[in-house]
Amino acid sequence: MYKYDNYDQAMVETRVAEFRDQTRRRLEGKLSEEQFRPLRLMNGLYLQLHAYMLRVAIPYGTLNSAQMHALADTAEKYDRGYGHFTTRQNIQYNWIKLEEAPDLLADLAEVEMHAIQTSGNCIRNISSDHFAGAAEDELIDPRPYAELLRQWSSFHPEFSFLPRKFKIAVIASETDRAAMKLHDIGIQIVKSDSGEIGARFYVGGGMGRTPMIAPPIRDFVPLDQLISYSEACLRVYNRYGRRDNKYKARIKILVHELGADEYKRQVEEEFAHMLEQGVEPPLAELERIKPYFADPSFETGLPTEIDRSDPDFALWVDTNTNPHKAPGYVSAVISLKPVGGIPGDASTEQMHLMAELSKEYSFDESRVTHTQNIVLPHVKIADLYALWTKLDAAGLGSPNLDTIEDIIACPGLDYCSLANARSIPLAQQISKRFAASGKTKELGELKLKISGCINACGHHHAGHIGILGVDKKGVENYQLLLGGSEAQDTSLAKITGRGFDEAGIISAVETVTDIYLDKREEGERFLDTYRRIGMDPFKEALYGE
Amino acid sequence: MANDVSETDFGTSPDDVQFRFRDDEVADHAQVTVDSFLEQSNAAAVRIEPGDDARALVPHLERLRLVEVNFPAFGDGRGYSSARVLREAGYEGELRAVGDIGIDQLAYLRRCGFDAFAPDSKLDEADAETAFARWENVYQHAADTRQPIPERRHASVGHE
Repeated sequence: MYKYDNYDQAMVETRVAEFRDQTRRRLEGKLSEEQFRPLRLMNGLYLQLHAYMLRVAIPYGTLNSAQMHALADTAEKYDRGYGHFTTRQNIQYNWIKLEEAPDLLADLAEVEMHAIQTSGNCIRNISSDHFAGAAEDELIDPRPYAELLRQWSSFHPEFSFLPRKFKIAVIASETDRAAMKLHDIGIQIVKSDSGEIGARFYVGGGMGRTPMIAPPIRDFVPLDQLISYSEACLRVYNRYGRRDNKYKARIKILVHELGADEYKRQVEEEFAHMLEQGVEPPLAELERIKPYFADPSFETGLPTEIDRSDPDFALWVDTNTNPHKAPGYVSAVISLKPVGGIPGDASTEQMHLMAELSKEYSFDESRVTHTQNIVLPHVKIADLYALWTKLDAAGLGSPNLDTIEDIIACPGLDYCSLANARSIPLAQQISKRFAASGKTKELGELKLKISGCINACGHHHAGHIGILGVDKKGVENYQLLLGGSEAQDTSLAKITGRGFDEAGIISAVETVTDIYLDKREEGERFLDTYRRIGMDPFKEALYGE
Repeated sequence: MANDVSETDFGTSPDDVQFRFRDDEVADHAQVTVDSFLEQSNAAAVRIEPGDDARALVPHLERLRLVEVNFPAFGDGRGYSSARVLREAGYEGELRAVGDIGIDQLAYLRRCGFDAFAPDSKLDEADAETAFARWENVYQHAADTRQPIPERRHASVGHE
């Protein structure tokens, strides 16, 4: 994986010094809270309901064991012994003291980590495919391009006060595991007919109040123009994105209001101009970055068969591993969704263990998934049983990847000052209900996503089943949505009808899954059945209409 | 905002400039709005508001001595693009950032081509000096001549 050189290290250390200085000026009263707010936000520090929350960047979701250990130490030293992995492959801590934040960041800088641009109206941490460099279906490892974009976007002087936050995802596979088309810019690395590698740009996707799927803006950007094209996309947005209304300020609204063709025309004009400006980093830089993501030294001649005599282990293998490009290896997913647990949370001890296991079994590397789980990307099939045994003993062996128990949930009203309703208790109850009824396995792939407010941090628009918490005259109320997807078949979920109370929404989820079990045809997932039969049978079962 | 003031007391005066990175004499011309500038042929100074199109000035850069870019609220970053657009078009006169400017915007503004700063409230000199000098290196091209890190890494193999 990528390793900082002296330049990268100095940039992060400078940022720590700058933030320490900003914090000092705030504590001395030289900065008002209003003035300090955007500065701390640009460094991932939010003021939540009970305390400061700090979001630490995990670029393209890739970590080594020293970094995972450092995240565990951070949880122990500065928080309450746990951290929360997020839907943008980052981690956040919920109980941070402002005066300690500079020291925390200095500790993280020692393992090449930071909180730069994990919040604020700037270009956020770049996300990517959590199976990058391992999946058998990928064209090429997308992370070198993400790293090039990381550097370009760090402390970008023109784009640090954008109309709104700006999220970029990079993938290099037809299978989309990063919700790429639901980003401000989604980049797919592709191969042209003539065999040249380049980037396809989708611009103007997003969730939030007004979910939109990004339209393709350019089919092919040559690799030596990647930054120039990105710069053009951002400049058009910075100049013309709406600033009169926070809720209409994302680039999706600009692209929607201009129309994709007109936005594209403006970008092309700016792009032509940018090419004359010479803003592109030398192609040699991309070549310098690439070897950091070279394959580890995979062994050959490994066994590909496993002993399936332990049924619990066999179930975990079937559910939580993904095919690997190297024979004899798989990617193993550690579920952070234990039944009744808080989705995405990991304790200090669990993080230390995951770090050790990544070192022992996965070439010192782990990944964070946007579905709030952890991947060990390169595990020998022959090691799976030993790995699973250790995970299971630590409460990390839940065999529920991509099932109804593998819920994405935002922090909700338990932590977040924006939330209208709690998300976490709902996720806990739903996973318990389905684990108890034993239907989880029968239901197969079923992506359930819960947001505690309309801002959609829990991706409810993209859930096969989505739940949106709203405030109804001071009482938490939950709307049910069906039919979303954030994979390559991206679609936006639709609301079923009137909302439910807490007990009602859990029953409603059970009702719609029963309809699926009743109506499904051979090989259909919940989403496929919904797409085939439409909303009506579900509505009828829910509301008797 | 621009409509509230008369043409005569429009914009900042040399006395308002707290930081300046130019050797020439401080430009002291009456600023006009972009619309007025485009209508009259003799103005040498103009003030850009966030919604103005800086590119409209490009055909007239030769007669400009001062371009003032207003930041009514520091979170509105359109002025950063305005500045870079002008520098990319070859404007070499004074580019003055005015308005709601704090210590933590200075380095970014400087990189986008601003070489004079007239903040609404005077800034702490020592804090400002630290801020201007903070970043020894940068990751990307902007309106300054600094060589970005990705180029510096390869400088020995033919990129300068």
